[in-house]
Amino acid sequence: MRPEPGGCCCRRTGRPNGCVANGEVRNGYVRSSAAAAAAAAAAAGQIHHVTQNGGLYKRPFNEAFEETPMLVAVLTYVGYGVLTLFGYLRDFLRYWRIEKCHHATEREEQKDFVSLYQDFENFYTRNLYMRIRDNWNRPICSVPGARVDIMERQSHDYNWSFKYTGNIIKGVINMGSYNYLGFARNTGSCQEAAAKVLEEYGAGVCSTRQEIGNLDKHEELEELVARFLGVEAAMAYGMGFATNSMNIPALVGKGCLILSDELNHASLVLGARLSGATIRIFKHNNMQSLEKLLKDAIVYGQPRTRRPWKKILILVEGIYSMEGSIVRLPEVIALKKKYKAYLYLDEAHSIGALGPTGRGVVEYFGLDPEDVDVMMGTFTKSFGASGGYIGGKKELIDYLRTHSHSAVYATSLSPPVVEQIITSMKCIMGQDGTSLGKECVQQLAENTRYFRRRLKEMGFIIYGNEDSPVVPLMLYMPAKIGAFGREMLKRNIGVVVVGFPATPIIESRARFCLSAAHTKEILDTALKEIDEVGDLLQLKYSRHRLVPLLDRPFDETTYEETED
Amino acid sequence: MATATEQWVLVEMVQALYEAPAYHLILEGILILWIIRLLFSKTYKLQERSDLTVKEKEELIEEWQPEPLVPLVPKDHPALNYNIVSGPPSHKIVVNGKECINFASFNFLGLLDNPRVKAAALASLKKYGVGTCGPRGFYGTFDVHLDLEDRLAKFMKTEEAIIYSYGFATIASAIPAYSKRGDIVFVDRAACFAIQKGLQASRSDIKLFKHNDMADLERLLKEQEIEDQKNPRKARVTRRFIVVEGLYMNTGTICPLPELVKLKYKYKARIFLEESLSFGVLGEHGRGVTEHYGINIDDIDLISANMENALASIGGFCCGRSFVIDHQRLSGQGYCFSASLPPLLAGAAIEALNIMEENPGIFAVLKEKCRQIHKALQGISGLKVVGEPLSPAFHLQLEESTGSREQDVRLLQEIVDQCMNRSIALTQARYLEKEEKCLPPPSIRVVVTVEQTEEELDRAASTIKEVAQAVLL
Repeated sequence: MRPEPGGCCCRRTGRPNGCVANGEVRNGYVRSSAAAAAAAAAAAGQIHHVTQNGGLYKRPFNEAFEETPMLVAVLTYVGYGVLTLFGYLRDFLRYWRIEKCHHATEREEQKDFVSLYQDFENFYTRNLYMRIRDNWNRPICSVPGARVDIMERQSHDYNWSFKYTGNIIKGVINMGSYNYLGFARNTGSCQEAAAKVLEEYGAGVCSTRQEIGNLDKHEELEELVARFLGVEAAMAYGMGFATNSMNIPALVGKGCLILSDELNHASLVLGARLSGATIRIFKHNNMQSLEKLLKDAIVYGQPRTRRPWKKILILVEGIYSMEGSIVRLPEVIALKKKYKAYLYLDEAHSIGALGPTGRGVVEYFGLDPEDVDVMMGTFTKSFGASGGYIGGKKELIDYLRTHSHSAVYATSLSPPVVEQIITSMKCIMGQDGTSLGKECVQQLAENTRYFRRRLKEMGFIIYGNEDSPVVPLMLYMPAKIGAFGREMLKRNIGVVVVGFPATPIIESRARFCLSAAHTKEILDTALKEIDEVGDLLQLKYSRHRLVPLLDRPFDETTYEETED
Repeated sequence: MATATEQWVLVEMVQALYEAPAYHLILEGILILWIIRLLFSKTYKLQERSDLTVKEKEELIEEWQPEPLVPLVPKDHPALNYNIVSGPPSHKIVVNGKECINFASFNFLGLLDNPRVKAAALASLKKYGVGTCGPRGFYGTFDVHLDLEDRLAKFMKTEEAIIYSYGFATIASAIPAYSKRGDIVFVDRAACFAIQKGLQASRSDIKLFKHNDMADLERLLKEQEIEDQKNPRKARVTRRFIVVEGLYMNTGTICPLPELVKLKYKYKARIFLEESLSFGVLGEHGRGVTEHYGINIDDIDLISANMENALASIGGFCCGRSFVIDHQRLSGQGYCFSASLPPLLAGAAIEALNIMEENPGIFAVLKEKCRQIHKALQGISGLKVVGEPLSPAFHLQLEESTGSREQDVRLLQEIVDQCMNRSIALTQARYLEKEEKCLPPPSIRVVVTVEQTEEELDRAASTIKEVAQAVLL
């Protein structure tokens, strides 16, 4: 939970190589028959690992992270070493003007000012990121649906600047957009409804919710969101990122404790920081780590003053966007109840994408939304719109209506965007009189299982839960980040590749986001090409030694952060 | 010879070992073992030294009662029940079922219901759908975003512009992209909430100067200079920023930019200028406060503004030199980690810029209207006008506070409600009282737009006057 230069999504401290640990029962939750089963499975060379966890789970929870092969890890470090050496060499050449400098420079008049950013801060950007910069920010010029048109660009100065050739690469298969349910469309009922509202209301609002920007449409949306989530009330905000960063400070403050997953999104981290509460971090999805923090927090109280904490808020996400893992919600809820903590669940990626009717991770596990104190999510992904919401008890929403930073200081949601959300949400709920929404949810679930299974069979290392539509494929080596992105685009497939600092330094990966809009044919084409590129770049690292997440040991070092 | 001596010493040592008494050896042995233990034992945490038994711990856990997640909000909280606007919040606005003339939305140029803007947004909607389904980095960059950035940069006559999908997040992300822990930010006391949050996120040292008081700012800069001379090594890596607003949201006043630029070069501090109210308002072509004062825009390091007021869309932008702006593409949190702006809103903003470029006369019209109502509102007993005559958003404050903020708010709300009954839509400026660094006094915010006719402006002024007299006297 430290600020990252040029950070992209989330971050964690190094992952210990997994091993099957002792089979003792801890706190009645974890690892009873599971560890024994895992040991047996490992011995038999099987892949699947089912965690039962004392009946807390109503469905099998298959989530695995294959260990990084030692040779690959070593080669990856060597790769970064070579890159860094060349980086220094080229910086040296640039310094002595042997190599041409492409980057923008300070104004002559301000040369004697303290430099705006330290040169070494940009070492990574200049020497590593710049080499493969063409894999990001690819401009598109169509709906971000199952296929997308990408504007062709060229660089004649090694990615320092791009020129648009004017050509358009048509019909690129889109494996990058968060279009889980396929609502990113420019035809159909959503678009028509949004167009109608746009013509009536205009695009903007020009005021805040508390002043005079509370439209009837907003009230309608919030009532619908509450019904969709199965909570008492809800409130909608104009930006998903800001929903976290501007509402967490309204909920907790000094003297409160935030327990945050180490891989939480930057917006949750920022919100936690702005709140002024103490922040402690638990290992990703690791319930022992969380329980230990909870227990210690209550027993020992605040550091130095030894006062008891005013309240404890647990921050977790439904689906982790870089890992493809699903939160162990049944256990989190059990812990939260046992220790009287509050739970803030960010469903940015899981709402619409999980559960038999798309109600998110709570429905996926068959739990009661009442047990989650703050249900947060975004409209950007599954609903093909933008903005975010918070749902919960009426008292919570009343409080946010009066105290949310967003409600007081930020312009409210654009009316056509609101209408898109209303129409797509009604469609998912089946209120439009069709079963279209339900079919989309099912299609996504099928696509997810199929795509994940096929990739695993091909021998790639795939992270995450088998039901998560976010599918990370491990690339590891820095050179392969660029190569994979380019080779795939050559084959007319748009993928997202990510490396440090969005991931740990050796765990660079490609990430596919599945969509209900992907047909079997599209997926098969994509899979065929991925297979080919996988062979070409030798990406099939898997040795089928899956390490269940739970069995990773965790050390007790936690770092703490206090703001004042 | 030397080796022989050394050998002899060794032999002597071994012999001494033999001759030493047993208790001596045992003691030394124990001491050595003790040292080894101290060296290798695990450092303990103070917490774990407490001798709580498992049972005691369980009791403590059982005993602990947290505060409720949120306190109960009283039913009559002034901010709990929002006004409900039915239909578009344009010149004529229906608030709680009553049609009024809008003096509350920041729709300065009346572009919210402009048919051209709507048509452009609609064209975008039909081409791209509504959402972008991704951040800028991951297939969330659309050609309209690039167009809009280009157009904004050209309009402002800067090298580069960068757009954000939320007005509030713009300056709040831009400040921490540059200013880090240990850096020093000089900021006006009246700075808006977005700036305050940006500063908090940056964790820099914050020095507040009195609102628009250049002498006070210079005093702080001088103090810092003296401090810097004491520790030149630290000063060499400490960035200094001055963060100001063009027109202040909280006061309706304009910043003395020429003096600020002088101070900037004198004390080598960079200027970040937040222009949400002044962009599309001040200056001959609506370029904001730099054009108003005729200042070279390159003298300002970073200009940020939202597109939610004059442009009547959603989102915000920063502009300046590429050297400065480009850094945000990897460091601006609200830029990297958030879904990009819906293309229809970018389309609307581009068309709004077109309209601004085609009709530069519009800014003079707006200024004239501001002056008119500003003048008409003078001399109301009990209420004072706060803000420049050229500002399209200014405040009406109580001349004399009743002593309690709550009571003041209630009085002002009474005025707002009665004006609303008489078809003039106004609103109080809302603040989070506990969160604001320097809480402004309660006020009614009056917003002028080009759509308001002279007659309507006069009517609004006389209505406010009459109502205020009735409520306050």
